[in-house]
Amino acid sequence: MDFSFNETQQMLRDTLARYLADTYDFDTRRKWIAGEAGRDPGIWRALATELGILGAPFAEAHGGLGGGAVENMIVMEQLGEAIAIEPYLQTVVIGGGALKAVGGAVADSVIPQIIAGDAVIAFAYAEPQGRYELSNLRTTARRDGAGWVLNGHKAVVYGAPWATHLLVTARTGGGQRDADGIGLFLVEANRPGIVRRDYPTVDGFRASEVYFEQCAVGAEALLGGEGDALPLIEQVVDEAVAALCAEATGVMRRLHTGTMDYAKQRKQFGRAIADFQVLQHRLVDMFMEVEQAVSMTLMATLRLGLPAAERSAAVSQAKARIGRGLRFTGQSAVQIHGGIGITDELAIGHYFKRATMIEGQFGSVDHHLARYEALALAD
Amino acid sequence: MDLEFSPADIAFREEARAFIAENYPAHLRAKADEGEELAKEDFLAWHRILAEKGWVAPAWPTQYGGPGWTTTQRYIWSEELARADTIPIMPFGINMVGPVIYTFGTAEQKARFLPRILSGDDWWCQGYSEPGAGSDLASLRTRAVRDGDHYIVNGQKTWTTLAQHADWGFFLVRTDPDAKQQEGISFLLIDMKTPGITVRPIITLGGEHEVNEVWLEDVRVPVENRIYEENKGWTCAKFLLAHERTGIAGVARSKRGVERIKTIARAEMDGDRPLIANAFFKRKIAELEMDLTALEFTELRTLASEAAGRGPGPESSLLKIKGTEIQQRLTELALEAVGHYGAPYFRGFPTGDNATPIGPDYAHRAAPTYFNGRKTSIYGGSNEIQRNIIAKMVLGL
Ligand SMILES: Cc1cc2nc3c(=O)[nH]c(=O)nc-3n(C[C@H](O)[C@H](O)[C@H](O)COP(=O)(O)OP(=O)(O)OC[C@H]3O[C@@H](n4cnc5c(N)ncnc54)[C@H](O)[C@@H]3O)c2cc1C
Ligand SMILES: Cc1cc2nc3c(=O)[nH]c(=O)nc-3n(C[C@H](O)[C@H](O)[C@H](O)COP(=O)(O)OP(=O)(O)OC[C@H]3O[C@@H](n4cnc5c(N)ncnc54)[C@H](O)[C@@H]3O)c2cc1C
Repeated sequence: MDFSFNETQQMLRDTLARYLADTYDFDTRRKWIAGEAGRDPGIWRALATELGILGAPFAEAHGGLGGGAVENMIVMEQLGEAIAIEPYLQTVVIGGGALKAVGGAVADSVIPQIIAGDAVIAFAYAEPQGRYELSNLRTTARRDGAGWVLNGHKAVVYGAPWATHLLVTARTGGGQRDADGIGLFLVEANRPGIVRRDYPTVDGFRASEVYFEQCAVGAEALLGGEGDALPLIEQVVDEAVAALCAEATGVMRRLHTGTMDYAKQRKQFGRAIADFQVLQHRLVDMFMEVEQAVSMTLMATLRLGLPAAERSAAVSQAKARIGRGLRFTGQSAVQIHGGIGITDELAIGHYFKRATMIEGQFGSVDHHLARYEALALAD
Repeated sequence: MDLEFSPADIAFREEARAFIAENYPAHLRAKADEGEELAKEDFLAWHRILAEKGWVAPAWPTQYGGPGWTTTQRYIWSEELARADTIPIMPFGINMVGPVIYTFGTAEQKARFLPRILSGDDWWCQGYSEPGAGSDLASLRTRAVRDGDHYIVNGQKTWTTLAQHADWGFFLVRTDPDAKQQEGISFLLIDMKTPGITVRPIITLGGEHEVNEVWLEDVRVPVENRIYEENKGWTCAKFLLAHERTGIAGVARSKRGVERIKTIARAEMDGDRPLIANAFFKRKIAELEMDLTALEFTELRTLASEAAGRGPGPESSLLKIKGTEIQQRLTELALEAVGHYGAPYFRGFPTGDNATPIGPDYAHRAAPTYFNGRKTSIYGGSNEIQRNIIAKMVLGL
């Protein structure tokens, strides 16, 4: 058993940490978010070219660094510490993950574009009626000659306004909640028949409602087989959830350390509020949540290669546990800050907001507990 | 001992319900449903209607313009307001400074300020907290120095709720820097238009402009605007805090909140059933209702002892803690219920236009309300401070 990073991994972490510390301070991030584009595309370019980290989990044959889930974990944790709004999860983990899994000509063409920073992907999977159920789809893909025609409405697609490609789940057959009859498509974002309504999100990203209206795509848009993509989608989403857990540990660590720093310096009743035992215990509980989040993230990440049921059970345990930790840590951070914790000026509130959104992203605590029960506690 | 309302109380309930139904402005309901930020005029519209009816200050003695209701009637009234989901009456004049003025003020002060509080002509704000004096309020440093028949006030207040609308503020200021902390404080009423006052917005996590910094620079305040004796302001401050805490339980509003969550959970789908059929979610609603009932009957016991002439004691801290915890859990459940549509941020981009709507209307404010709701365990004396109060004053620890 060995939980230590190898030299390359260590370097990946240090390089990214240093870069983010230098470029991604809170005020600069805030300026990007307030701007029209909602981000600075130069950062993404720098991550690709200067740091070369967008290739972290890809094979050397594609121009990557030859890593995998552990590398994604390292990157996501650092992005979490900076509450970065870069579309790494959507582009590299999810889009890249799907392409890696299916391989072939599309992968050979798009993965190098991802690594170069040219392709940015958004994952259009959720639908207004579907909650967190991946197979609950009304969006349809109808065969049309050699290609397909997409119709439907995808909800709250994070990063869609920035994307060059959309990764879309759609029904090629079957009923609304069937496991069969689901296809996964990679579509250029500027394709005719795609209508977006863009908006900011409460945690500083941009997202869209995406409408497919008779959107014709070629045969090559279909990743994998026709109608049997659910296992692939489940795998990719499990990988995404593990990466999201890593982001969560970064966010939670900053919530904890930021609050400790504040509590040591804030004085009331003639002493630092960190002297009050009730706050000390709460800080200790936050610390324990952070440590357990790190543990659960490692556990889930290292089990991503297991057979589907075990993999998913591990991931759901991690997400549910960390979901609780996120809420406790976020709320405690604000509470211990007092009034200043609920202001827009301080970074702590923005970590709290991101923590809150991660809690629901790809499934709430309840969702993942139920999923775990179904997988591991069948009677 | 019984739980039933008397026939007279039931008749009063009918009267109150009918009055609200007939008089609550429709445009306010629409605005609140849309989750729009309320303007000063919105708050005042409802205030003025109630003032005209003589119902705006239920707790005030009749001689100062109260309706002369019993404790039970006041309880019924707050239930009916919550049931109809009316916007709240701003507490700073009616619940806070008003009672201080009629309890500690001179005849002139009563005659000058109370009618204008009732009518809504003066909007009040509360200038207690300072950057360095939050939980430790008595360490406040805003200084008032006597200069003939004026005080000259210098200092900074913060977290001052809706001070951007305020005509008047009630301030705690230090008049004797050498006395023991609590003994050198005075309670001043300050006209917010006095030269030297600057109000700066503080934007909170949901994007709201609800609180402010208030800077005071050589602000001249007539001595006749001091309530009670010089250096005895802490007496008024403590009296007011006790008043601030009653009603903070917010039972009736939380009951409405539970109903709202049920509505959302009936509309949201979870697989092939509505979310309310989800056993996890249903259990959370049940637990919330259970805790709310416990709070309600604790509040009723407090009201009953108040009706018997015992004022609100430190037990009101219990109502504050449990009431705010429930309010916060309501916001958590609402956010959980709306799923993905908790993420879009609606402030600053149109919702009421002809474009396709983004998610259901009830989702629009779920996240900001959750974020904003964290304040309830911080303000009015944080929940840690309330526990300290119970430990000391109730348990004698
Ligand atoms: C089943 C069992 C087996 C044991 N076996 C052994 C053994 O083999 N050898 C041995 O030497 N001892 C043993 N102990 C004793 C054990 O170490 C003591 O019970 C323990 O140290 C607590 O001391 P106490 O019982 O005197 O409680 P106290 O110290 O009086 O504590 C009472 C309560 O006050 C709290 N408290 C105390 N100080 C603080 C503080 N500063 N801040 C906040 N809270 C505080 C405690 O957490 C506790 O809740 C055993 C005890 C048990 C119950
Ligand atoms: C939305 C909002 C509106 C407000 N409106 C007004 C207003 O209109 N007028 C006004 O005067 N004030 C207002 N306040 C201020 C409010 O009363 C203070 O925020 C509150 O008293 C806490 O003070 P603080 O923010 O300085 O936190 P601090 O006092 O610095 O507290 C920080 C943390 O330390 C804890 N703590 C402090 N002392 C102890 C202790 N002895 N034991 C254990 N824990 C402790 C607190 O519980 C908190 O968790 C408002 C606040 C908010 C958030």
